[in-house]
Amino acid sequence: MLLHTVNKSPFEKNSLESCLRIANQGHSILLFEDGVYAALKGTRFETLLTEAIKSYNIYVLVPDLEARGMRMDNVIEGIKPTDYAGFVDLAVENKTVPAWL
Amino acid sequence: MMEEEGVIKKFLYLNRKAPYGTVYALESLEVILVGAAFEQDVSLAFIDDGIYQLKKNQQTSVSSGIGVKDFSKTYRALEGYDVEKVYVDKKSMEERGLTEDDLLVDIEVLDEAQMAELMEQQDVVLSF
Repeated sequence: MLLHTVNKSPFEKNSLESCLRIANQGHSILLFEDGVYAALKGTRFETLLTEAIKSYNIYVLVPDLEARGMRMDNVIEGIKPTDYAGFVDLAVENKTVPAWL
Repeated sequence: MMEEEGVIKKFLYLNRKAPYGTVYALESLEVILVGAAFEQDVSLAFIDDGIYQLKKNQQTSVSSGIGVKDFSKTYRALEGYDVEKVYVDKKSMEERGLTEDDLLVDIEVLDEAQMAELMEQQDVVLSF
């Protein structure tokens, strides 16, 4: 399995869209740094993410969320919270970790 | 001898980047403070991901967070430097599901035509 990481805002770059286009069903995707903006309710990417959680395990890095003034309450249902230790576990559990910069 | 002192120009700082992911937001804030210290006529505009700079409740603690300085508090102090003209692009706010209540400071919401008008009124536009 693969862990895809996305650290760019979906409003600024197509990193997440390309990741979702290429990733296989069952892969994990971690949203961190400016990538966390994709996880939020009410944005124009909400439908894209709501569809994506049906095919992928999507995680959001909570410290990056909180730095940006957001909480798990603001995150789309089905996206799972993780922290730095959880990030390391995900990296270890997966064969490789493609980064979508 | 006439000296060119006391010339006040209209400066617009155009902010389009989210905080923390890159250094643009912090650098912009530093330059805004310099401009304000020279008593220039300063306006701030927040477009695209720049809106996120003004999000309330940013928590960047060293112990449990990303461990960098939370510079968002500085936006609240700008009033003390007579930086009171803060404008936000309506579409950028709406497509992020944000409202004025989510933002740290009092802002004025502008549509595209009003934003263009604001830019036309300036002597200098600095982009970040």
